Amino acid sequence: MANADCIVIQGSNMAECHPVGYQWVAEAKARGAKVIHVDPRFTRTSAVADKHIPIRAGSDVVLLGALINYVISHDLWFKEYVSAYTNAATLVHADYRDAEDLGGLFSGFDPETGAYDPSSWSYAEEGGDTIDEPGPGTEHGSDASDRAAGHQFGSGGPPLEHAKVQRDETLQDPRTVFQIVKRHYARYTPEMVQQMCGITTEDFEYMARAITENSGRDRTTCFAYAVGWTQHTLGTQFIRAAAILQLLLGNMGRPGGGIMALRGHASIQGSSDIPTLFNLLPGYLPMPSAGRHDTFREFVEAIGSKKQKGFWAEADAYAISLLKAWWGDAATKENDWAYDYLPRLNGPHGTYQTVMSMLEDKVEGYFVLGQNPAVGSSNGRMQRMGMSHLKWLVVRDLNLIESATWWKDGPEIESGELRTEDIETEVFFMPAATHVEKAGSFTQTQRLLQWRHQAVAPPGQCQSELQFFFLLGQKIREKLAGSTDERDRPLLDLTWDYPVDEHGDPEPEAVLAEINGRHLTGPDAGKPLSAYTELRADGSTSSGCWIYTGVYADGVNHAANRKPGQEQGPVAPEWGWAWPANRRVLYNRASADPAGKPWSERKKYVWWDQEKGQWVGDDVPDFPIDRAPGSRPDPELGGSAALAGDDPFIMQADGKGWLFAPKGLVDGPLPTHYEPQESPVSNALYPQQQNPGRMTYGRKDNLSAPSGGSPGADIYPYVFTTYRLTEHHTAGGMSRWLPYLSELQPEMFCEVSPELAAERGLEPFGWATIISARSAIEAKVLVTDRMTPLTVAGHTVHQIGLPYHWGVGTNAIVSGDAANDLLGVTLDPNVQIQESKAASCDIRPGRRPRGADLLALVAEYQARAGITPETGNARITDPGSGSTLED
Amino acid sequence: MARRSFLQWPVVRQVTSGDLLGRGPSVTSPHTQAITPRTATADRVVQSVCPYCAVGCGQRVYVKDEKVIQIEGDPDSPISRGRLCPKGSASEQLVNSPGRQTSVLYRAPRSTQWQTLDLDTAIDMVADRFIETRRRTWEQEDEEGRLLRRTMGIASLGGATLDNEENYLIKKLFTAAGAVQIENQARI
Amino acid sequence: MGQLSGPTDPAVDAHWEQHESRKGFFTDTSICIGCKACEVACKEWNHNPGDGNLELLGSSYDNTGALGASTWRHVAFVEQGQERIKEARETGRALVSLGMPKFGPPSQPDLASADTTPPDTADFRWLMSSDVCKHCTHAGCLDVCPTGALFRTEFGTVVVQDDVCNGCGTCVAGCPFGVIERRSDGTAMVASERKEQHTDHPDIPNVGVAQKCTLCYDRLVDDETPACAKACPTTSIKFGDHDTMVETARERVAELHAQGLTEARLYGANELDGVGGTGSVFLLLDEPEVYGLPPDPRVPTADLPQMYRRAGMAVAGMVAAAAFAFLGGKA
Repeated sequence: MANADCIVIQGSNMAECHPVGYQWVAEAKARGAKVIHVDPRFTRTSAVADKHIPIRAGSDVVLLGALINYVISHDLWFKEYVSAYTNAATLVHADYRDAEDLGGLFSGFDPETGAYDPSSWSYAEEGGDTIDEPGPGTEHGSDASDRAAGHQFGSGGPPLEHAKVQRDETLQDPRTVFQIVKRHYARYTPEMVQQMCGITTEDFEYMARAITENSGRDRTTCFAYAVGWTQHTLGTQFIRAAAILQLLLGNMGRPGGGIMALRGHASIQGSSDIPTLFNLLPGYLPMPSAGRHDTFREFVEAIGSKKQKGFWAEADAYAISLLKAWWGDAATKENDWAYDYLPRLNGPHGTYQTVMSMLEDKVEGYFVLGQNPAVGSSNGRMQRMGMSHLKWLVVRDLNLIESATWWKDGPEIESGELRTEDIETEVFFMPAATHVEKAGSFTQTQRLLQWRHQAVAPPGQCQSELQFFFLLGQKIREKLAGSTDERDRPLLDLTWDYPVDEHGDPEPEAVLAEINGRHLTGPDAGKPLSAYTELRADGSTSSGCWIYTGVYADGVNHAANRKPGQEQGPVAPEWGWAWPANRRVLYNRASADPAGKPWSERKKYVWWDQEKGQWVGDDVPDFPIDRAPGSRPDPELGGSAALAGDDPFIMQADGKGWLFAPKGLVDGPLPTHYEPQESPVSNALYPQQQNPGRMTYGRKDNLSAPSGGSPGADIYPYVFTTYRLTEHHTAGGMSRWLPYLSELQPEMFCEVSPELAAERGLEPFGWATIISARSAIEAKVLVTDRMTPLTVAGHTVHQIGLPYHWGVGTNAIVSGDAANDLLGVTLDPNVQIQESKAASCDIRPGRRPRGADLLALVAEYQARAGITPETGNARITDPGSGSTLED
Repeated sequence: MARRSFLQWPVVRQVTSGDLLGRGPSVTSPHTQAITPRTATADRVVQSVCPYCAVGCGQRVYVKDEKVIQIEGDPDSPISRGRLCPKGSASEQLVNSPGRQTSVLYRAPRSTQWQTLDLDTAIDMVADRFIETRRRTWEQEDEEGRLLRRTMGIASLGGATLDNEENYLIKKLFTAAGAVQIENQARI
Repeated sequence: MGQLSGPTDPAVDAHWEQHESRKGFFTDTSICIGCKACEVACKEWNHNPGDGNLELLGSSYDNTGALGASTWRHVAFVEQGQERIKEARETGRALVSLGMPKFGPPSQPDLASADTTPPDTADFRWLMSSDVCKHCTHAGCLDVCPTGALFRTEFGTVVVQDDVCNGCGTCVAGCPFGVIERRSDGTAMVASERKEQHTDHPDIPNVGVAQKCTLCYDRLVDDETPACAKACPTTSIKFGDHDTMVETARERVAELHAQGLTEARLYGANELDGVGGTGSVFLLLDEPEVYGLPPDPRVPTADLPQMYRRAGMAVAGMVAAAAFAFLGGKA
């Protein structure tokens, strides 16, 4: 980021949430880079940016779409880059119909299931047919949603049968991606931005000029986002929209360019790479689905076809190596590498669905590990009520968080909905070790693994998760030893023999070595692998997470590499280890032109050295090292061998950056603006109000407010958005117990504009009650000019800011009502993230009622708005009424 | 403490040093003269990484008598260059906080109280419940006879604050046991 | 004897035969992100107790309020509209045209900084500024301390010796910035329930004793950067030789003025002011009062010689008058 000439921070409050990362923005700014902050609120980031542009929460695709339109219509796109490195010239299937033609829906929508059949979005094949995805036919959108399939592309794109695409290099054919994109965004104009986002045409012009003037051969623009983009019913599409813009401007794979995800937990990247996620196996391999991946062959072919381009073509080697790592000698060619030891999905089994099945008494036991769902998850009441249905609950944390104490001091005890003496749940609180009391690696937001050495032993009965789960696994295996029950085989055959120290605790480096993988046969048997390209599909290698292979190359823990930064260049390759292959900038082949020369001296990064016959530069080239720029291998070869010399996007099935996504997204091949689940305005772009593919849960304990012009929408007239403060950390488990942090932000508050305070009679620093369709909470009132009423579609839209760090309990130094109690559960269909950045509410002065009166207040609002479980949950919006049909 | 010579008396030092207003070295106490940063007294310094957000700032952990006495930024880190935010700066307090729980607590069904438990007993009890729930809620096949071999009776939430090695063991153990509802903050 | 006013090297003035170059901070508020890392890093290093009352203070994001016995760094938050920004731009321009800061040529512009159009006056801004003890050249607290608990270090900074201070509080009135304070007791920050669970809550150190920023004297003796400056994510708090800090500050103000940001001005960099200039220099974006800083701080002892002269004359006059009255009465 320090190399950027313009930095757009949108959907992120970087200076507050990542203060130390912000030093690179500050440094770029000191060198003259322009910093623009687009956010509903004027935050500490806005305070130090060149410009703050207030936006209505949830309208980002309108703005980004208008920027795409601006770039195309003003002919400001980076022609050589776009033609060579993106799929702009690729032709799409003749049956494709755009959202422009179908009132906001793409071709293939099935109103019965509420999902898309994406086959008409496919590329046209050279022969005239379409290029499908491999495996047993095209996956229906609803199935893909159920397994949050979008998530799987954390390290690359979805599969294609092959890469023999049809191209029109002139970009004139109306079926080229370029023409489709151009047409799709033609109505995303500055006027539309003004109408939907509340951004003036002057501010739009400022932003459009800033990013286009700072993109091209000599200059690059960078986007930074966080959960302000992801936590929406079309969150994935927010990021896709930015990716399209950045590809058109030629800002991907280049220094000072890209789209940077700013993640909020020390190892949230790591916990996706080695996923504690229902839908994934390590290295972004999918969890198998019943009916789709019933055999091992079906499973690997669905991940990557041997005929497609790029490194996903070797998916079988990655999968077999994982199975060998887990089940060792029990994984054989004969038993398909113990593939049937893996449990199968047959629906969405994410955290919110899990809580709903707790309420149905289907879940008996729940482990909560360093997380505080009673405060930090949407619809907090549903979370706590769900836990009250459990037979047993294990909470492992540093402090007695609200998720461990809800049974005696939670909000439902106060409201009378639960009585401690009636709750059957057994609760185990297990004290955890802190980051200095155990050794291990975190993967930070730029995919860098950094090892922490243990400084001291944990106090008292505190334990690391590594110790706990190792011991738990041992106990379970001991208790099952001798079992002849076939279902116990995966546990008994599991490789669980880690070397231990004098206390019987496993050595973390031994686990890292297993993750890295090793040769199992041949002269190198037992030796660590050096690169994922060494993985084989014949059972001769093992690897617990293929993208991490190399971190333990030569038996050295490279995550612990600590050559001081001041002794290295800016790329600092000898500090920690980045996946894959210690590359710091992905797709960096794009930092050179098609002929392999740097686009400019100023933005030089990786280039082709003709004499050496290989790619060289400041970083590890993210490309076959000796593939010359002009090479044109036969696409039939498949895999990395099929990559042409100008196919920089090596994890994509055609080697190109995708302006248009023919596969992989369940809610449309192009980002399209839909309103949030709850919105005060109607969608001015299409009759379709909300994302038709969103996942809705219409239930009495998860009601939605009416939107737009629908009756009852005025009962919840304001937009609220939730966020973090610098002084706290998420649900407070690591900050509200610390005196120094607690005193800096002691109380829950809401941020409102002076206009809204006047409209509702809110006293500065007095109390206010905020009511949503789910719950009501109280907060102190912070009246500030930093909140700006926006004029949207001719109406004034007030937005209310709610930090979400506090929770109701008695053990923390500071407590308060939890903003997440106000939120409902409606999910993005690609990755199943909830919409927590935009929803509807009312606000009024004074504290909230106590006890049963609180429930009465919420019910009274629901009754006045006429809400039922169906409200807001219709898939297709009735174009006539502006209200949603209730199906 | 040894009796100090009268030459050490501040007033004498004031006169002999020329610092008649008594503002400089003449008034320094032995404690002041011996002052030294507690980081310099550490038995060892251990390199670590901040546990809060995902920037991954380098930390140096100073340990004396097997206690953490200070945590500050690691200037060698090319990511953070020695700097820390308020949370990172408070991480010594995270470790040594007086409010931190260091013993196992157990709440029996319908009880209004916590009770303490031996660590080994607690793990044993959890293992028993795990096995029992798994047996009771086992799903071998779906209604079409396709393999499921799983339990929907056990779920887990958490991982984004944990180590890669820890997430690996969690995913491995749960998957082998057939528990699929494993989730973390990445989806929240 | 040492000086009580005017330009001087304070360490020499305090008769350090061998002393280090004078150390100080330059706090550049134009790049402060208000994260409060300085507040926490300071408390953590110095083991200062929490002292907030755990309620919102009613001052934007500031819940600390002011410097005090247990708060040695304090970040102020000021929200301003366009009118006020224009005024600040004018007053800053006026200060500079009076010739206050001397400008050098701005550093060589990089290609990226080609755009030098002065920005429009923003509609709104949010000022953040981390305040700290000024470590004055002529320090009121030090000059009035009767016990020798306060002393001038070899780095030219002013430090309380906890083991010497008897808590008389004279220094509190001696500070023109209201920085130094006696520590009463910290607010013991534990939830009611936890008080029972944790009877071994650490005692609050140095109760009853005057307390303020030591500029991390205990770190300086080992060539370590003060905790606040080390933590500061954006280098808004810079630490180094006082001369360098002042020079950097002057360059920075010139740079901002060249960009049209004429609201920038320095605070504490003038050695002819009422405290002889401060060891902690600030770049502000508005009048000092806006940040809660006195516009024209003056050390009370600066006038001491003059006061003694006047008092002497007054005494003489009184004596004369009394004598006259007495004699006159007789007559």
